[in-house]
Amino acid sequence: MADITELIHDYLRHNKKFPHVFCAGCGHGIVLGALIRSIHALGLSKDEVCIVAGIGCSGRIAAYVDFNTVHTTHGRALTFATGIKMANPKLKVITIMGDGDAMSIGGNHLIHAARRNIGVTALVLNNNIYGMTGGQCSATTPQGATTQTTPFGQMEKAFDIVTLAAAAGANGVYRGSTFHVNMLDRLVATAIERPGFNLVEIITPCHTQYGRKNKYKSAVDMFKWIKKNCVPKEKFDALPEADRGEKMPIGTFVEKDHKGLEQLYGELQARLNRPGRPVAEPEQPSAQHAEESRNIMNKEPK
Amino acid sequence: MTKKAKGQTEITIYPDWCKGCGICVEFCPAKVLALGRDGKARVARLDECINCGFCERHCPDFAIVVRGKGRKRRAPACAENGETPVDKE
Amino acid sequence: MAQKKSKQRKAVFALGNEAVVEGALLAGCSFYAGYPITPSSEIMEVMAARLPRSEDGVFIQMEDEIASMGAIIGASLAGRKAMTATSGPGFSLMQENLGFACMTEVPLVVVNVMRGGPSTGLPTSPAQGDVQQARWGTHGDHPVIVLSASDVRECLEMTITAFNFAEKYRTPVILLLDEITAHTREKIELPEPGELEIVGRSYPTVPPEWYKPYEDTMRGVSPMPPIGSGYRHHVTGLTHDVLGFPTQRPDEVKAIMERLFRKIDQFYPDIMLVEEYMTEDADIGVVAYGSVARSAELAIDMAREQGYKAGLIKLKTLFPFPKPFVNRLAARCSRIVVPEMNMGQMSREVKRVAARTTSIRTVNRIDGQIITPTQICKAITQG
Repeated sequence: MADITELIHDYLRHNKKFPHVFCAGCGHGIVLGALIRSIHALGLSKDEVCIVAGIGCSGRIAAYVDFNTVHTTHGRALTFATGIKMANPKLKVITIMGDGDAMSIGGNHLIHAARRNIGVTALVLNNNIYGMTGGQCSATTPQGATTQTTPFGQMEKAFDIVTLAAAAGANGVYRGSTFHVNMLDRLVATAIERPGFNLVEIITPCHTQYGRKNKYKSAVDMFKWIKKNCVPKEKFDALPEADRGEKMPIGTFVEKDHKGLEQLYGELQARLNRPGRPVAEPEQPSAQHAEESRNIMNKEPK
Repeated sequence: MTKKAKGQTEITIYPDWCKGCGICVEFCPAKVLALGRDGKARVARLDECINCGFCERHCPDFAIVVRGKGRKRRAPACAENGETPVDKE
Repeated sequence: MAQKKSKQRKAVFALGNEAVVEGALLAGCSFYAGYPITPSSEIMEVMAARLPRSEDGVFIQMEDEIASMGAIIGASLAGRKAMTATSGPGFSLMQENLGFACMTEVPLVVVNVMRGGPSTGLPTSPAQGDVQQARWGTHGDHPVIVLSASDVRECLEMTITAFNFAEKYRTPVILLLDEITAHTREKIELPEPGELEIVGRSYPTVPPEWYKPYEDTMRGVSPMPPIGSGYRHHVTGLTHDVLGFPTQRPDEVKAIMERLFRKIDQFYPDIMLVEEYMTEDADIGVVAYGSVARSAELAIDMAREQGYKAGLIKLKTLFPFPKPFVNRLAARCSRIVVPEMNMGQMSREVKRVAARTTSIRTVNRIDGQIITPTQICKAITQG
């Protein structure tokens, strides 16, 4: 087992200051390591990888790594990624989002990216909290947890990211943890390699904002919690309902082989532009079109 | 799993990069590492290292390098290199 | 662009919205992302039929206008000439990512077909209520170019101009139409592809390791390589240094913010486009834009018949506001009439420039109806 850290160093930006901004013991660095190892294992060149990140702690990951990187607006990473992938399908587009990013403000973009099966890999770094803004509850904060904005305990239920993505039609859905890094490397590599929309939820600790208020004083405490509660899916399924408690299954949840949207579009374009095919004038909206839409709109304005 | 040979490694910890989170110290299966007085990780029992790679994978700050004894820093392995570092304050 | 009659040119009977598509395709637009909204939907529908038939055109319908903006920014970063079209409510949603495009200097074109507002307002009626929003809609201090078109031919021309400005100055360009312009069907001649000036993006000439993505240049515009071309760099909506990394250092922040403004400021004469009509001897001026400019042109004729020396400045560039032209008009006119389908958004600008020189009279209409030539003529003649 050598060459793990040195390999990572090769992919970091030499003109960025290190250590990075994350708190001591933050899982985001581990995710970055896993991402780099996965990309290296797949033999991708730095130029063909595009990292699109949202806002929040997770969004800061992009700046440190020497790929094409875009740090977008809050929650919109997937929309930018969709544009980049459609504009240049040869790129491997990977989005890095936090749970606030992907599930709250960008929830609509996430389910639509999954539905249209765009060939983008989404890493959702779930730390159950809004870390960068100071520890407010997020859509994945467990019920009962204490945060800055739920001082008396969270009353709302948390999203199950994996189930949501699967229901929205994602091609691949995975969950990994920052403690089970070997598995995480494998999941991330698979998610990048496979066609269509692939999502990896990554359980990562935030002891600074989440743990501190919920009986996990240090990073080590949080990692112990992850070690104890993240169990492989097969094991989890075998557990009786009563013993599951806080436990979360990790592993592969969905693996389908549908073509990505950019592939389907490419095929359509090739069909339409086949040489020898008579060039038909594209259909123009008829003269009455505006008039019709006007009439319809008068009845039911948007 | 066969028992791993001990003490076949050299461990370098970059004190500037280490933030002293203690993950490596807590979870090292051979208890090789410890937190120093400065709060940063240090190598306490090098001979016990079984080169499992846990600390390298779990160091969020990429501050631990574990190398086989006597091995040199290898050439960059990524698919594209030839970077000229740009100076920046 | 010269529009001489020639037999080679193809004539089409097109809606303003369709002319926008023709213009965009002539300008090299190969990416459209949008969300349906009246009265701009025809742009999207025609794009959906045309783009997949071209070699590399991409059309995608997104889940909302926020996503549409995100997608075209992504496409533009990947090297495409990209656009979207929308109307008031959608334009409001686009403001967030429009700011991102300003900050990261991403060339793109947004067509906003103005309808009555606020809120859902009058979906099928014209208005010009989004003028100041186009200039100041997204938060933070930022420069932006806003153009307008008054007839179908101009829809085509100004769309091309919008793409040229976007690429030349690395900035988002907003093209404001109104429902009347967008839904007027007129005969226009399509220019031949060769006869137009089409501006492309400037690419770096240095090797990737020397490339600084936000380096200051003479023009203030840094070269912009597409993602995947070897020039790996960081793009962020945070205020960044010349390398694209976030910074809070006052000297670096000042430098980039000033360059953002300077790259537009120093080319004002090239960007400010107006058309003057009978202003040589005018002593009563009219400043108008969009479909109202057509009414105004007729009103000038009517007023001239009655013996009033009226002249019109039709604004094709709304922002940066064509101050020198209005100044010149104000210097010779005893009063200036500003007709517009809002309660006085452009007349603010005219007043800012000319209130000390001359008196300014506004003609406002916000009932979802066009301002008629008679209305404007009345304002000219009855002062």
